[in-house]
Amino acid sequence: MKGHYGNYGGQFVPETLMHPLEELEAAYMDAQRDPNFQLEFDQLLRNYSGRPTPLYFAERLTARWGGAKIYLKREDLNHTGAHKINNCLGQGLLARRMRKKRIIAETGAGQHGVATATVCALLGLECDVYMGDEDIRRQELNVFRMKLLGARVIPVSAGSKTLKDAINESMRDWVTNVRTTYYMLGSVLGPHPYPLMVRDFQSVIGREVRAQILEREGCLPDVLVACVGGGSNAIGLFYDFVEDKQIQMIGVEAGGRGPNLGDHAARFAGGRPGVLHGTFSYILQDADGQVVPTHSVSAGLDYPAVGPEHARLHDTGRVIYTSVNDREALNAFHELSRLEGIIPALESAHAVAHAKKLTLRSPQLVVINLSGRGDKDVTEVMRLMSGE
Amino acid sequence: MTRIEKRFAQLKSDGGKAFIPYVTAGDPSLEITLELVLALEKAGADLIELGVPFSDPIADGPVIQRATDRALRNGVTLQKVLKLGENIRKKSEIPLILFSYFNPLLNHGLERLAKDAVSMGFDGVLASDLTLEESGPFVRTMRGAGLNTIFLVAPTSSEERMKRIAEASTGFLYAVSRTGVTGERQELAADLKEFLRTLRSYTKMPIAVGLGISRPEHVQAVWQEADGAIVGSAIVKEIEEDMRDPDVDLVGMVSAFARWLKDPSGK
Repeated sequence: MKGHYGNYGGQFVPETLMHPLEELEAAYMDAQRDPNFQLEFDQLLRNYSGRPTPLYFAERLTARWGGAKIYLKREDLNHTGAHKINNCLGQGLLARRMRKKRIIAETGAGQHGVATATVCALLGLECDVYMGDEDIRRQELNVFRMKLLGARVIPVSAGSKTLKDAINESMRDWVTNVRTTYYMLGSVLGPHPYPLMVRDFQSVIGREVRAQILEREGCLPDVLVACVGGGSNAIGLFYDFVEDKQIQMIGVEAGGRGPNLGDHAARFAGGRPGVLHGTFSYILQDADGQVVPTHSVSAGLDYPAVGPEHARLHDTGRVIYTSVNDREALNAFHELSRLEGIIPALESAHAVAHAKKLTLRSPQLVVINLSGRGDKDVTEVMRLMSGE
Repeated sequence: MTRIEKRFAQLKSDGGKAFIPYVTAGDPSLEITLELVLALEKAGADLIELGVPFSDPIADGPVIQRATDRALRNGVTLQKVLKLGENIRKKSEIPLILFSYFNPLLNHGLERLAKDAVSMGFDGVLASDLTLEESGPFVRTMRGAGLNTIFLVAPTSSEERMKRIAEASTGFLYAVSRTGVTGERQELAADLKEFLRTLRSYTKMPIAVGLGISRPEHVQAVWQEADGAIVGSAIVKEIEEDMRDPDVDLVGMVSAFARWLKDPSGK
């Protein structure tokens, strides 16, 4: 069977979408074999997005925490401010190759929406982005950016008004306009081939880290830490190191307000395997198999399912999944801003917060994936600080 | 033979066509759904699709999304829908199809679902987001218990897929009339006739057509080419409109609407 990670993954969609998924898979496999596609993708990553992104030694953070050497993989320095552009450039080229003129996407924090809108502007494609009302409120800067870039932002008022509902609406649009529309899914989620394709486009992160740390330190890192919403920045960092068994890899989910169902987005702590949005993976659901609302201070982690490859990495024990709560993430947001002059996205702040809690010895090397920058979160943090 | 297979065989020998209403179970309440099903049978329904509400109905348009929300707020669970089947079965022999997204079924456990569905009087199961590729254990378990497994086939399905879906389906084949989510439409898709003829060339199994069938002329047009017409959103919308006014006889109105859909001349 295609697109499975152990028991996880697969294709659980209305039949109308199956032929389009087969076409997408064939087009992707064909593009993978085409050196011109790879060349164009690599050149855009380099010349348009500014890759390779730096691997930065956070000296003051290292001194403050008093243990291992902390490196930050600066995905926040990508064009548009997060790792999301890696995937969008790849899928944008693929959509153009498939002669699709219209792109749809979902967005939570707005980073994938902005990256999609950017790539659509670059390639001259029409762009509609679905975004939950709650996320539109808390990520208003990104909403305006998408509009500036020529995209239409379509508000979603159903359900919890967050990422999950934006994906529902994107899938409804896609099933309706499937003959003309390309669905640019933003994470390692959804039906095959999306988890595979998005992982491949993001795996540049880990490949760069390997080369950079070898150059700087002459050895591989001991620990890799990344936040996990859908899981694309984490898989992007981890994928190249999966076979290096000595390296500890940690995925950090959103602990939200606390451990009760509905208060967090820690799928591996509070979820069970099930089917949502086209894939079989861990999901937060009630006893009747209904998907439950989630909460996180970070819109990008506020989602009840997780990519199927993470589900396998969890079950095999290769990656350890844990969570930090809203308060810990906010503290890390401030600490990194003050100590290093880097304002992280609230999503990435979860990874930083967990790294701080690790018991580490001084020669150890830790790489934290700083998946995005925090400009988009500034107004929301201001609101939270003023106690609204 | 299941009740579904018997009904289609009977219709075939009588030269009739199937009229198949869909209702979301528990909208506006499980008690009213029971009354509705019995009234729809009297109004000429040949089979009934009982919809299990799911939190994330990606294949549904606004009408069924709202019905789903109402049912979930009423505390409807798969267990209660199964129980509703049992209550219907005490009073009627109408063929019943359990219509659901896959997760609630998977969560119930496939073995347990098959056992429960049979004992509560269901005849077939359809999971709208379960593809052929992922359906192996589901098909084995449901068929093993004597249930029909009904699959969707779409106008975008390749001919290769049409063949394979027809082979995996029992009872009947559910042809999706067009791309898109559920909901009323003014017109049938232009390419529907051609799609149904292609499909017919691959299978002798009864074909029922759903999605967007919302007027008597749609039902008639579908019957020209297929063995059954499925009406979902139009009926669910009638339920929604009638529930707003407490003085309206909801069950009477919906059954009159179904009668009109089936035969506007009122014979």
